[in-house]
Amino acid sequence: MTVQKEKLLSVDNLKVYFDIYPPNSLPWTKPQKLKAVDGVSFDLYAGETLGIVGESGCGKSTLARAVIKMVPAEAGKVMWLGTDLLTANKRAMQKARADLQMIFQDPLASLNPRMTIGDIIAEPLKTHHPEMGVTERKAKVKEMMAKVGLLPNQINRYPHEFSGGQCQRIGIARALILKPKMIICDEPVSALDVSIQAQIINLLMDLQEEMGLSLIFIAHDLSIVQHISTRVMVLYLGNVCEITTSEQLYKTPRHPYTQALISAVPIPDPDYEKSKEVILLEGDLPSPMNPPSGCVFRTRCPKAQAKCAELKPMLEDAGNDHQVACFYAD
Amino acid sequence: MIVDQKKMENLADNLMAAEEVQGRSLWADAARRFSHNKAAIGGLVTLTLVVLFTLIGPSFAQWSNEEIDWAVLGQVKTMGAPSIESGHYFGTDELGRDLYSRVIQGTSISLMVGVIGSFVAVVVGTLYGAIAGYVGGRVDNFMMRLVDIFMSIPYMFVLILLLVIFGRSLNMLFIGIGLISWFDMSRIVRGQTLSIKNKEFIEAAVAAGVSNFTIIMRHIVPNLVGIVIVYASLLVPGFILAESFISFLGLGVQEPNTSWGALISEGARTMQYGTLWQIGFPLFFFTITLFSMFFIGDGLRDALDPKDR
Repeated sequence: MTVQKEKLLSVDNLKVYFDIYPPNSLPWTKPQKLKAVDGVSFDLYAGETLGIVGESGCGKSTLARAVIKMVPAEAGKVMWLGTDLLTANKRAMQKARADLQMIFQDPLASLNPRMTIGDIIAEPLKTHHPEMGVTERKAKVKEMMAKVGLLPNQINRYPHEFSGGQCQRIGIARALILKPKMIICDEPVSALDVSIQAQIINLLMDLQEEMGLSLIFIAHDLSIVQHISTRVMVLYLGNVCEITTSEQLYKTPRHPYTQALISAVPIPDPDYEKSKEVILLEGDLPSPMNPPSGCVFRTRCPKAQAKCAELKPMLEDAGNDHQVACFYAD
Repeated sequence: MIVDQKKMENLADNLMAAEEVQGRSLWADAARRFSHNKAAIGGLVTLTLVVLFTLIGPSFAQWSNEEIDWAVLGQVKTMGAPSIESGHYFGTDELGRDLYSRVIQGTSISLMVGVIGSFVAVVVGTLYGAIAGYVGGRVDNFMMRLVDIFMSIPYMFVLILLLVIFGRSLNMLFIGIGLISWFDMSRIVRGQTLSIKNKEFIEAAVAAGVSNFTIIMRHIVPNLVGIVIVYASLLVPGFILAESFISFLGLGVQEPNTSWGALISEGARTMQYGTLWQIGFPLFFFTITLFSMFFIGDGLRDALDPKDR
């Protein structure tokens, strides 16, 4: 379906481990490894939106941050238009940063309270085009503000004078000012009111169409992900369970974890909701410091068998642009 | 409906074309809060008056601070009392020197000690703490343990040693106070930096490719300034007190120069002879200055502390 498209980003077997020192340990004790992201691979094509879903602590944000090198990766490759970002030198990285921007979860916390929003939006311009004149920069900032639905005459205001939705628009303007190729949205709407969520999501989709952006969209809310994404990746404990088009994921989920997730999405129809069968998972998310052997999901999986504890299921192509990591996928 | 639509469009046009709105910064907010604090404004006025007194006062003086009035010497109790006719507005000290000039001179030195001390504390402490906090890891550990070691040396002892070894001079006093002034500040700033460093706007700056030094100067330091100003304003009286103590011990400022501490020390010695003005005037200036500094510091804290917002 999307085979012909230009491949922007290709992540291969990315691993992010954090060193955890036990409390009151001596300086020379070996740290324990927390496997936040454990061998994730995916591709991102130009103009598409890849949704990343999964419960809290499954490594969604860490994965996104590792891709743009804000968290050091342990192993793997992040190929961005033919260069590996993980081994790229400072200059190549700086050049790539102009094309890779990010939108954050907390709208107000992601804006420096001491700077006017004009300065905030202009910061990437200042960094990547220091030669640009003040008037030209200001004109660009105003143009971008109008584009994201802010009044350009408010350029000298401060972040605390805006509402949450407006602050998120400022964050979007800052991410778009360099006309990047890809934007990582780290739960951009989960801190917002539901009615504002729709506005922001639709703004993002309009801008995506207009500017030909690719998005990596991280969210908790499955219905939002379904609305915005072309393809969706489901993460569990730093591992990919399933990658497929959003249509197929919601219609025919194949991994038992995805099935449980999808069945838990509330549907605004009381009658249907009553008759719907929700798959409840037993137990809690295992600790990423000490993940289960074999398949990480086996401790809570209704279909787990002896084989799951021994071997780790690889992500396998099930045809029709659908990849699943499970021995007993339907 | 049509009319409404037109109106709406006009309104939209007006909004778009309107002049740039001037936002109200957090500084402006803080200034407004500060100006509503009566004690702080009173302190500011008093402090300004004291500073003005040291600037304008000398032009009214009839005696210099080192001149000895031989007519008074030996009968200070009767002849050296404060009077306008003799030109000794605040009376004379034990040696017949004009107390008015000496108080002015002492005030300026004491204020200078306070201001220079906290200036060094602000500049060195802020940068040191911000760098340690932002870089983190081993660098942070090394830098902060160094401060711990410095702090564990009793500073009065170091200051006294410095003054004894290199001789008692004003510069040595400034250097001594500057050397020790920034430890506490760097600790406070480092702690604050640690909490700012994990905010999302720092992450946003990193993602935009802003260099580390620029992040410290553009994003971290401006967000520290509030707490730094508050703490610096509370440091000033501390330095004045420290200098006074050293001068009281007889190690600080050298004659004929003087400072509040030296003046109070002299005044305390002659108190039993009944020449109370010799301690009264320096003590008065000392007290009102410290009081107003504390009030200003309090006001600044109320105005700038983000927790109250």
